[in-house]
Amino acid sequence: MSNVGFTAYLKRDLLLSYRRLGEAASPLMFFLLVSILIPLGVSPDPGRLAELAPGMIWVMALLATLLSTEGLFATDHQDGSLEQMLIAPQLLALPVLGKVTAHWLMTGLPLTLVSPLIGLMLSLPSVAVVPMMASLAVGTACLSLIGAVGAALTVSLRKGGLLLSILVIPLYIPVIIFGSAAVQTAVDGFNWLGPLAILAAMLCAAIALCPLAIAGALRLVSSN
Amino acid sequence: MPKTPLLSVDRLVFERDDCNIFEPVSFNIEAGDIVQIEGPNGAGKTTLIRLLTSALQPTSGSILFSGDNIADCHYEYLASILYIGHQPAVKMTLSAEENLRWMSPATTTASEIDAALAEVGLRGYEDVPCYSLSAGQHRRVALARLFTTGSKIWYLDEPFTAIDKQGVGILQARMGSHLAAGGCILLSTHQDLAMDKVRKYNIEPHSDREQQQ
Amino acid sequence: MASNRHWTWFYRLGSPRWFYETTGRWLPWLWTLTLVLLTAGLVWGLGYAPQDAKQGNSFRIIYLHVPVSFLALAGYYLMAIAGAIGLIWKMKLSYMVMKSAAPIGAALTFLALFTGAVWGKPTWGTYWVWDARITSMLILLFLYLGVLALQYAFHSQESGNKASAILALVGTVNIPIIYKSVDWWYTLHQPATIKFTSAPSMHIDMFQPLLLMIVALYSFYALALILFTRAEILQRERKATWVCELALQAGKDSAGEAG
Repeated sequence: MSNVGFTAYLKRDLLLSYRRLGEAASPLMFFLLVSILIPLGVSPDPGRLAELAPGMIWVMALLATLLSTEGLFATDHQDGSLEQMLIAPQLLALPVLGKVTAHWLMTGLPLTLVSPLIGLMLSLPSVAVVPMMASLAVGTACLSLIGAVGAALTVSLRKGGLLLSILVIPLYIPVIIFGSAAVQTAVDGFNWLGPLAILAAMLCAAIALCPLAIAGALRLVSSN
Repeated sequence: MPKTPLLSVDRLVFERDDCNIFEPVSFNIEAGDIVQIEGPNGAGKTTLIRLLTSALQPTSGSILFSGDNIADCHYEYLASILYIGHQPAVKMTLSAEENLRWMSPATTTASEIDAALAEVGLRGYEDVPCYSLSAGQHRRVALARLFTTGSKIWYLDEPFTAIDKQGVGILQARMGSHLAAGGCILLSTHQDLAMDKVRKYNIEPHSDREQQQ
Repeated sequence: MASNRHWTWFYRLGSPRWFYETTGRWLPWLWTLTLVLLTAGLVWGLGYAPQDAKQGNSFRIIYLHVPVSFLALAGYYLMAIAGAIGLIWKMKLSYMVMKSAAPIGAALTFLALFTGAVWGKPTWGTYWVWDARITSMLILLFLYLGVLALQYAFHSQESGNKASAILALVGTVNIPIIYKSVDWWYTLHQPATIKFTSAPSMHIDMFQPLLLMIVALYSFYALALILFTRAEILQRERKATWVCELALQAGKDSAGEAG
């Protein structure tokens, strides 16, 4: 059937995002706007900015991803598509992975591609640009997967957005620790592949485990 | 030798928050049967249908599909059913034609989709994005599935809501041809169906629920 | 299902009424045990154990801080296991235990952070330090609060239970990852003074009252958990006949006392 499986849901979600490009671009806009706040709020001095840049870029990317995670299953729940997804003859983990991948392609990937520009504005040393992009690419994928677990748990709640943030931020902490560490070690001149490898390991674990948790949560909780 | 019924429900019970929703439900459905679930508002008709689609898990009792428990033949069962519930599962940013194509089998041709939309009175609206359509028209897009589906068992929850008399007639004709081809239908509706051999099944709210009031 | 018959003892264990009545018999003993152990431990640790060479008397807070931290972490695992049992075997009592474990664990975590701060001031000169242990404790507090928040966010008790159970399990998988990450990130805190596989790096005279306090805290946790769960049982089963009879009996008793 045409509406079963990973690729079908991936394509459909990309199409849906494309039809609402304004909404889909908001995490990116958020990322760009917040990066203006740092020099304004702290100091425009390049030295100080360079010190803060690795961590701040990561924090902003995390918040931007978090903001967009709330809508992952919300519309499907409201218009009845979630129910149809639950009773389709497929392993629920597959459409879930499809949707989360589409989410990353529309959120994490644009953030990664724009990050050199932010790095420039925050005086990030040029040696750290490639490590930053690598860590963001891998890390935001983790963030999408983990955030989707929270989104699935809160899908039937109104105003679940704030609760989603409370639930998910503790789980994001390992990702941001190793993500910003990858950039920082590069700035300090050491081998940044170590933290990146750990990040990649986290991504592998997340791809394996999160779809199960998400599918479980969707089945158990959407009958509220 | 008695034939195994297509669908067999045996003493189905569902508990939510320590309260049984309805009295145990048991019935059989054969190919060509149409069963109308009746009962007062809130009796649990939607819950029963959701239990039959396996969206909900029963507290006890069993549902058998051609003799096998649906938990054992999960994929075969789900591949044979079609469910249209209260919400039309229609995406606002997609057109009527795109929505119907998503909900139809992969082998459906473009002309079949257009024909189905025409049957439900949406000829000329195929490429209109659904946010421009009314709620009644969303329902029609969902019901257009009935003209493209190959599923044997249909579960319809209040299918005639917001549909006019002519539309009801067309849908009932389609339901008739589905039954003649060996399918079966279980639906809940307050309307009287202008079809013959409609079996009615009454759901009784469980006595637990009187205590709650 | 036929297999149910083999599990009758297990399902009896899951009966709220059975739990309520059995724990009712245990309570007087548990109260006595907890009070005795806690008093003994605190008096020994705060009063009689020898002073630390470097920290003087201020280290004594360890007799509260370490056991409370242990229990805070162990409590999260207990909560997650109770949630898992509830999800797998659909046992109401298990969900009630999980729901009771959450506030107790959160309170213990907060107490651990507070005593850590009290310890920090004389030792490092500041109430708060972002080191591995303390930061992990803070994250644990947020994990607990998340489970609590989720529990109460749903109208349906059942959905709240299931969602909290899933979240607790997800948190359990993450706790070692979070701890290792934070540890890697900042290693300032003193190395763990009790290792189960090697001799403790504390003097035996200091170690004994600490062990006593740990046992005392376990007893306290059991007591608190049982009390909270009993309250939860009464609240959830309030329409059952046995609860109504209990309430009537309690009403008669207090009327009898007053009159």
